[in-house]
Amino acid sequence: MKRKWFFLTVVFTIITVLTGCEPLTVLDPKGPQAQTQANDIMLSILLMSFIVIVVFVLLVFMLVKYRASKQSVDYEPPHIEGNAIVEAICVGIPVLIVVFLSIVSVQSNYKVEARPVGYEDKKPLVVYASTSNWKWHFSYPEENIETVNYLYIPTDRALEFKLYSYGPITSFWIPQLGGQKYAMADMVTTLHLAADAPGEFMGRNANFSGKGFAENTFNVKAMPEAKFNEWVKEVKETAKPLTEEHFNELIKPGHLGQLTFTGTHLDFSPAPEGENGGHNHGSK
Amino acid sequence: MDFFDRFAVPHPSPAIYASMVAIGLTVVAIIAGLTYFKKWGYLWREWLTTVDHKRIGIMYLISALLMLFRGGVDAIMMRAQLAVPENGLLDAQHYNEVFTTHGLVMIIFMAMPFVIAFMNFVVPLQIGARDVAFPRLNALSFWLFFMGAMLLNISFVIGGSPDSGWTSYFPLAGNEFSESVGTNYYMFALQISGLGTMITGINFITTILKMRAPGMTLMKMPMFTWSTLVTNVIIVFAFPVLTVALLMGTMDRLFATNFFTTANGGMDMLWANLFWVWGHPEVYILILPAFGIYSEVISTFARRNLYGYKSMVGSMVIISLLSFLVWTHHFFTMGQGALTNSIFSITTMAIAVPTGVKIFNWLFTLWKGKIEFTVPMLYSIGFIPIFTIGGVTGVMLGMSAADYQYHNTMFLVAHFHMVILPGVVFAMLAGLTYYWPKMFGFKLNERIGKWAFWFISINTLVTFMPMFISGLDGQARRMYTYSESTGFGIWNMISFIGAIGLAIGFALIVYNVYYSIRYSPRNIGSDPWDARSLEWATHSPVPEYNFAQVPHVNSSEAFWDSKKNGHVLYKGELEKIHMPNNSGMPFIMACIFFLWGFAFIFAMWTTVIITTIGIFACLAHRSFEQDHGRYISVREIEETEKKLRGA
Amino acid sequence: MKIDNSLPLEYSTEENQTKILGFWIFLGAEIMLFATLFASYFVLVDRTGSGPTGAEIFEITPVLIETIVLLTSSFTIGLAIHAMRIGNKKAMMAFLTTTLLLGAGFLGVEIYEFVHYVSIGAGLQTSAFTSILLLTLGTHGAHVTFGLFWGLFILMQVRKQGLTPETANKSFIFSLYWHFLDVVWIFIFSFVYLKGMM
Repeated sequence: MKRKWFFLTVVFTIITVLTGCEPLTVLDPKGPQAQTQANDIMLSILLMSFIVIVVFVLLVFMLVKYRASKQSVDYEPPHIEGNAIVEAICVGIPVLIVVFLSIVSVQSNYKVEARPVGYEDKKPLVVYASTSNWKWHFSYPEENIETVNYLYIPTDRALEFKLYSYGPITSFWIPQLGGQKYAMADMVTTLHLAADAPGEFMGRNANFSGKGFAENTFNVKAMPEAKFNEWVKEVKETAKPLTEEHFNELIKPGHLGQLTFTGTHLDFSPAPEGENGGHNHGSK
Repeated sequence: MDFFDRFAVPHPSPAIYASMVAIGLTVVAIIAGLTYFKKWGYLWREWLTTVDHKRIGIMYLISALLMLFRGGVDAIMMRAQLAVPENGLLDAQHYNEVFTTHGLVMIIFMAMPFVIAFMNFVVPLQIGARDVAFPRLNALSFWLFFMGAMLLNISFVIGGSPDSGWTSYFPLAGNEFSESVGTNYYMFALQISGLGTMITGINFITTILKMRAPGMTLMKMPMFTWSTLVTNVIIVFAFPVLTVALLMGTMDRLFATNFFTTANGGMDMLWANLFWVWGHPEVYILILPAFGIYSEVISTFARRNLYGYKSMVGSMVIISLLSFLVWTHHFFTMGQGALTNSIFSITTMAIAVPTGVKIFNWLFTLWKGKIEFTVPMLYSIGFIPIFTIGGVTGVMLGMSAADYQYHNTMFLVAHFHMVILPGVVFAMLAGLTYYWPKMFGFKLNERIGKWAFWFISINTLVTFMPMFISGLDGQARRMYTYSESTGFGIWNMISFIGAIGLAIGFALIVYNVYYSIRYSPRNIGSDPWDARSLEWATHSPVPEYNFAQVPHVNSSEAFWDSKKNGHVLYKGELEKIHMPNNSGMPFIMACIFFLWGFAFIFAMWTTVIITTIGIFACLAHRSFEQDHGRYISVREIEETEKKLRGA
Repeated sequence: MKIDNSLPLEYSTEENQTKILGFWIFLGAEIMLFATLFASYFVLVDRTGSGPTGAEIFEITPVLIETIVLLTSSFTIGLAIHAMRIGNKKAMMAFLTTTLLLGAGFLGVEIYEFVHYVSIGAGLQTSAFTSILLLTLGTHGAHVTFGLFWGLFILMQVRKQGLTPETANKSFIFSLYWHFLDVVWIFIFSFVYLKGMM
């Protein structure tokens, strides 16, 4: 029975930690998409804990009641084939739970794959985020500026990230704003995010991409629109233009600090979408 | 790269040189030992050339245990590296190789042979057959698997291990980003051992469909045999997909084709799709036989028949079908859109229903039983709660929107370890303890076994529960280090302590084997557990012909019925028994396959051509060979039976 | 070994029946193998990079010759098995020999086809499309090549040992294999060549 107590302790520890003073990154959302996901996660944890508890209780009951040491020596367990009603319940309840979770899951799918709720009024800010071993390049085509390894975003607009890679498959992930999505070499994927409040967040590549993977991170800073525009203006005044030659240097394997440029690489090295995508890839 | 540079280890370290010396010394010691004790003939006659399913099963078992320790060492190295932030124990490249081989070794070269070991040893006995349908192919299966495993295991001292993860996603695994020969090893080790597994699949389906004892209809087969049948159907349909994927990957690396490249139309996600079309069913290839073993063990030690036999069978068949319909959940984040994700999200969660049915059936098997807490039973009972935690987190991962947050994190790592450890490893340990007396004629010590069980089950939780938390806190998997400010340190330290505990548990099992060989009583009879199915109706250890007479079956628990309800198992007179001859060809052919793979890995084309001809020569030899087996006379059978009954 | 004379020779022993069932299961695996190749082909067919498309390289004449030759060989192996069932060893050997010769003819045209593709700049390394095209065709071709040797060995054994349960079993299993390759070719012909040329 020692182990059962151990289990309970572990379960309680987890619940305390999950709800406790220092929230876990994923469960401390700062944007509508991450909020949807955190809600799903908490809901499923609660529902699943119920199932785990049912199984535990049944198991403990069986083990306590029917252990050999409690029964007479000549007790012969009966032959029981199974019972249609009992088995129907064992199928029925899980089916109901799965149906319920499916409905939740499908709704959330459509939510996280669309422009975030509450941000429909303004045009989203489009950012092309691409990886090369082991860096992140953020191109702001509208503002015509580009950064390396850091990302500034406004809080009042939805964000539309266009993801692709100059090399291995990577995954763009800012846990507090929302879940991740892959960046691949032959196509562009779109990730819809938004930040509710100013703040600094951790962003990283979550998909293993070789030697420099662990350090393949970037800083995210969300700020009010005015401040964001100020930053853009400042970059345009101070940063050097990004040349094709320089960009080809940048995407060579290695690590870099934070860099800022005017202009984007999209002009001379376009993203693999439309006529530059997939099947036409060899013709560059 | 210069030709001979390929053979060098890409990141030499003292540990690797030490391993080289250790491997060299072990080989010398084995050769010297065999020569000194004059055991070469014995080794060749009794093991290398054997076609006996029981011996092949035991060889699978020994290989699996060796690989368990190889993979375990990798695991300890990983946990040690991550135990504290900014640790310098392993560099990035070394860590990448270690987690890659950990995954490969544990899944392909530990779990697979472990389940196949029990299929080999148990299934022909459970269905009352003399051997499998194709005994020689069975030997070939084993040796191909073994040579594949050897190929992967020499990689870290010759040329470098694969370093792109056990999933080996392209283009990371392509020539451009993975320059060492490591991924070539991956391709050929998996291809060769996969061929062996494929043959096993065909062999066991045929065996189960054609060679059951009289009276054993499909619905009267013991549950482990059912799980083997379903598993092998999955093998036959899943492994060809891996074959093709590996073929394309090999060609990309060796012949510069463009299947998964980033130029000329190549498509990296095609690999991911093909890999998981095989990879997800593979998970069920491992878990279903484990479920089979639990069914046997739980009903034996609850002293009751299995509850809900029909729904057990039905749920396995449904699981096997669904297993082919969920592969996309391994990359919900690929950007395939909400509709596709929704469909695969639902199919994924649907698997929870048949799995839940099985869990409840085991619980109801305990109901009104008379539960005895032997070591195999402890593993089976420990499995239920731990596996349930692992299983329900799987349902959570199946919710695709939330999966965007779990994907590629330690949460996922925690999930699949909490499923595979209790699901597969516990079952294998239960099976090992349960079938040990049938294999060797004595029991493993119960007291040491119980200590090992408590160490392993508690430390499974200690090791993997913290990973759920660090995953939700944003720790990505496969990171070789992390900074202190992330706050992951404490959770990884707990994991490391748990890993040490697990290591102690497995060490206890080794000690138990040693202890039991020396001290366990040998006069335990042929049915030490008071079990229910046919494999216990013959002697322990089992004579080469399995049953002197073919048993007659009336139910899924024929042996139990013969003990309690007066069912007559053996009818009629003894007859001479037809047995297959031993053959060295499977071993020789697998050795040539080993050289063939090695030559390909290092692009030594002359050797490739010679060995290819060698493989075809073996096939031609087999085609022309006339071998009708041999007969064991009635007198010989009577003598053997008398001796075994006396013992 | 018990021989049941009420059944055809190739099914007459229990071992023979087991082998035939085992081979059917093997063919199940082969179906998955080619299904995977076809699926990959459909995924990659339009990804021609800077290389040619199917319509630009496919030629109808050699493909038609290959198809006719292989379909005929499937017919002759059927005749060989029929001859075997009525116990006519000579006819059986003649039809099996014809089958193998037709198979060799098929292979010859396929080799010509491959050389042609490479010569017009559609080699294994040109694009994802040419890679998967040549891999799919090559896997089928390798199966045919393997079958030629296998068939030859069986022919030699039938000549030496006559029609025994054992040789009959081998011949029958070989015929299953050969028919299977034909079916695969029909798929290749329809979905690779015809669809590609349209």
